Amino acid sequence: MAKKPQLAIDTRPWRDPAAKPFVRIKNVTKKFGDTIAVHDVSLDIYKSELFCLLGGSGSGKSTLLRMLAGFEQPTSGTIEIDGQDMTQVPPYNRPINMMFQSYALFPHMNVEQNIAYGLKRDHMPKGEISDRVAELLALVKLQDYGKRKPHQLSGGQRQRVALARALAKRPKLLLLDEPLGALDKKLREETQFELVKIQESLGVTFIVVTHDQEEAMTLATRIGVMNQGEIAMIGEPTDIYEFPNSRFVAGFIGSANMVEGVVTEDEPDHVRIRSAELGCDIYVGHGVDCAPDQLLWWAIRPEKMHLSREKPEGLNGANVTRGIVEDIAYLGDMSVYQVVLDSGKHIRVSQTNSVRGNPDAITWDEPVFVTWGDNAGSVLTV
Amino acid sequence: MTTAHEPTIPPPRRLRPWNAVERRLAKVGISGRVLVLLAPALWLLVFFLIPLAVVFGISLTTKQFGRPPYSPLLTTEGGTVQLTLHLNNYIRLFTDNLYVAAYLSSIRIAAIATIITLLIGYPMAYAIARSPDRWRNILLMLVILPFFTSFLLRVYALTGFMRGNGVINQFLGLFGMPPLVMMQTDFAVYVGIVYTYLPFMILPLYTTLVKLDTSLFEASADLGARPLRTFLSVTLPLSLPGIIAGSMLVFIPAIGEFVIPSLLGGPETLMIGRVLWDEFFTNTNWPRAAAVAMAMLVVVVVPIMLLQRAQSTMVEK
Repeated sequence: MAKKPQLAIDTRPWRDPAAKPFVRIKNVTKKFGDTIAVHDVSLDIYKSELFCLLGGSGSGKSTLLRMLAGFEQPTSGTIEIDGQDMTQVPPYNRPINMMFQSYALFPHMNVEQNIAYGLKRDHMPKGEISDRVAELLALVKLQDYGKRKPHQLSGGQRQRVALARALAKRPKLLLLDEPLGALDKKLREETQFELVKIQESLGVTFIVVTHDQEEAMTLATRIGVMNQGEIAMIGEPTDIYEFPNSRFVAGFIGSANMVEGVVTEDEPDHVRIRSAELGCDIYVGHGVDCAPDQLLWWAIRPEKMHLSREKPEGLNGANVTRGIVEDIAYLGDMSVYQVVLDSGKHIRVSQTNSVRGNPDAITWDEPVFVTWGDNAGSVLTV
Repeated sequence: MTTAHEPTIPPPRRLRPWNAVERRLAKVGISGRVLVLLAPALWLLVFFLIPLAVVFGISLTTKQFGRPPYSPLLTTEGGTVQLTLHLNNYIRLFTDNLYVAAYLSSIRIAAIATIITLLIGYPMAYAIARSPDRWRNILLMLVILPFFTSFLLRVYALTGFMRGNGVINQFLGLFGMPPLVMMQTDFAVYVGIVYTYLPFMILPLYTTLVKLDTSLFEASADLGARPLRTFLSVTLPLSLPGIIAGSMLVFIPAIGEFVIPSLLGGPETLMIGRVLWDEFFTNTNWPRAAAVAMAMLVVVVVPIMLLQRAQSTMVEK
């Protein structure tokens, strides 16, 4: 998804080396017995960010979130929030609220009581509490549901109550653990945008944990991809998708064709890689930090490749290979072609269906040429 | 279909010896489901409702010498059947101060004992529910362990602790403290009831506490509640069904308790179970004893119904 234009360069503090981070996680490690759940993670998160921790199950993302909330103590390392060391502070004294994956709504309290719970703990006067509760119910569009008990609500409504309860104390930082995980696909898509809208209007810093890369791409200003307790990459959604830093990130986010190759030319302005798997040379139109004869990987997204029946010309004698269409998945807006190359390697190429009911479309078992641009793929050394 | 003319192979016959019985019963309208329900119903009828009716019948007679030691309910005289109901047993329950005092004292002792049991049982149940998985079953087993010994033996063993030269007093003597009088007091009765009924309090409390989602406690802490506040606002209200169930399981049998007050209590300890025993065996007044028992049933049934109603409204949420 494209970023909103209002997010100009000045609202991306992570690009400014002098900016002061709001949340600073320094060399945090968490061990459960012998297993290392989080290993030496350092991470800076800035004010008003919507930061997504993305990873598979067991990647340590939830443990990291629970350490931020104070439910777990780091084995080593420190967590600073707004310049204050929070490592030893118990959860009830942290200026943080969390929205739980299970929502954790109190079943014996109605919606209003659930939302007011945190405010009562702050000994806020009764009148102010009811004003705040009404305001929050309006924010999550549940004005008529204040007297209901959680079990009388649908999953989507419960999710909104949980959000309202977490926002009630106007926390500086809101942690969301798989906030949309329990919703069905359609509701999830609607709620994603609502969540972003609420976050932008309130200016609260959000840290979202998710395993759903699409969700992360939609929501986040930046994404931290986690793998086996470590941060594999931190970056804006476009960086993560277009410029993955490792084979793990390239494979984890979206779909990618990945081939092995050997560097044959290493020039400051271009690199040439010979790939037996691909059956051709790869010409990369920029310099890469590598050495001749180095073994490395090259990844390309299916939509960055092009299919044609005739061999295209003028491509530096590279970036074109042959194959046979083995399978086509028609998705409406585009079709994904599974092409088997001469080497036996399967690659996926997606083509936009810009012509309606195209009779001339490339079809099953046709020999085709696959081409791509000089800068279409990413060279990966790890 | 081209195979329509091929001979169809009959399905293999299974030997079901019960088929004939089943068919015959079905003819009279008795299906398997009825039989399954009939068994416990029959049990309740024979061993609960009929005896209860007999006791109720006896409570409406009057004491007489002979065998049985009460007047017959029905008499036949010259072809007429006469039903004689004596209500004076019930009237005496209210006019004689002994019975009212015994009921009130039983309720008081049972209630205090229930509260003490709850205060001791709750932390234990909570600790078991929050302990690591591998410990839980062992701890629960330890709670149930006393049941492997005879109840009578265990209560009797308590006297060994509490009597004048018992374990506790000998221990106190080591520090030069004077011996405490514990036996034959209400204190000993409380100790006995609490000790005996503690597992009945812990088990239902444990089952409600262990089911509570720990993320609720985390959510409470996250919203700024200190541990005590979390306990009062979240844990306690959500464990009410367990508190009610456990209290019922302790309070109801404790009201009618006979063994504990007679073994540990003194002459001052007035409990309805002892009154009933005396009425039955010392005075051989079966009708009066039956009336005491029926009244006790009412005293016990009323709190059950009240508590059950409270619980069902709670579960409704």
